[in-house]
Amino acid sequence: MTIMSDAMDKEPKPETGIRLTEQQLRARRSRSIAIALALGAFVVVIFLVTLVKLGSSVLTRPM
Amino acid sequence: MSVTLARIEPSIAGVGDYVALLKPRVMSLVVFTALVGLLIAPGHVHPVIALTALLCIAVGAGAAGALNMWYDADIDARMLRTAGRPIPQGRVTPGEAAGFGLTLAVFAVVTLGLLVNWVAASLLAFTIAFYIVIYTMWLKRSTPQNIVIGGAAGALPPIIGWAAVTGGVAVEPIVLFLIIFFWTPPHFWALSLYRVEDYARAGIPMLPVVAGEAETRRQIVIYTLILAPLGVAPWFLGYAGPLYGIAALATGAAMIVLALRVRAERQGHAASKQMFGFSILYLFVLFAVLLADRLWGGLAAQAVSHFAA
Repeated sequence: MTIMSDAMDKEPKPETGIRLTEQQLRARRSRSIAIALALGAFVVVIFLVTLVKLGSSVLTRPM
Repeated sequence: MSVTLARIEPSIAGVGDYVALLKPRVMSLVVFTALVGLLIAPGHVHPVIALTALLCIAVGAGAAGALNMWYDADIDARMLRTAGRPIPQGRVTPGEAAGFGLTLAVFAVVTLGLLVNWVAASLLAFTIAFYIVIYTMWLKRSTPQNIVIGGAAGALPPIIGWAAVTGGVAVEPIVLFLIIFFWTPPHFWALSLYRVEDYARAGIPMLPVVAGEAETRRQIVIYTLILAPLGVAPWFLGYAGPLYGIAALATGAAMIVLALRVRAERQGHAASKQMFGFSILYLFVLFAVLLADRLWGGLAAQAVSHFAA
C-alpha cells in the first residue's frame, strides 16, 4: 500500500500554470540581467559617493 | 453573474524596449545641456558627485520620457513618427511603462537629493512634473502654445546642472534656459510644418493644424529673431569668450536666414526640413563651444598660475 501511494505521488501532474514560450523566456532573462546590472551600478555609485563624502572618516565614527 | 478575468500575457519586452521608453536621443540632449550648466558653474565639485548628478538627471529625463509614452500611447499609435514605439507595438503595456517611469523618477530625484543637493533634486522633480502634468496631460492636447510653454521642461537641465554645483540658481544658467526655451518653438514648428497631417490625424492642436502654415511660418521668424540675440548673450554677459561670440553670431545669423526662407516658402517643405535640421546643429554648436570655451579657459588659467608660480 505504501509503495503504491509513493508511486502515485511520483506520477507527473498536469501543469496548470502559464508556460513561457522561448521568446518570453529570452526576454525575461535579458530583463533580469539588465536589472542586475542597474542594481550593481547603483551600489557602485553609493559606494563611491560614500568614499568621496566621508573619506577615511567613515571608519572613525565614535562608538 | 459571471466574472471574466482578462488573461495576462507574460511580457515579451526586451531591454531595448525599455531603453526606447527612456527616449535616449532626448536624454542625450538633456545630459549635454546639463553638463554645460554644471561645468560653467563657479566653484568645485568632485568628479564623482558631478557624474552622479548627471546620471540622476539622465535617469530623471528617461523617466519623464517613459511617463510621456504611457500617457500618450493613444496618440502615438495614430502618428507615423511614433507608431513604432513599444506601447503602440504591444511589446510593453501602459501599466508597465507607468510603473517603470514612476520608479525611475522617484529614484532619480531622491538619489540626487541625498547624494548631491536638494535644490537640484527639487528642480529635477519640478521638471519631470512639469513635463508630464503641464505639458503631456494638459497643454499638448489643448493648445497650439503646447510646445512654447512645455518647452520650459526641456530648457531646465542647465539650471539643474548649475544647481548641482552651487546649490542655487543664477543669471548665467537662466540665460541658457532662455536660449533653449526660445529655440524649442521654431525647432518643433519647422518639423510640424511637414508633419501636419500626422498631427492632425492624432488630434494634436499644433500651430500649423490650428492656425495654418502661414501663421506658423510667421511665428518661426518671430521666435528666431528673439533667439539669435539670446544666443549671443553669454558673450555679452562675460561668461563666454570671443570664440563663443563669433560662433553664436554666425549660427544665429544662419538661423535667421533659414527662418526667412521658411517664411518665403510657398511650395514644398525643403526650407522647413533644412530649418529643423540646422536648429539641432545650432543648439549643439552653442553649447559645445560654450563648453570648449570654458574648458580651454580653465586650462589656460591653470597654465598661467603654474608658470606664475
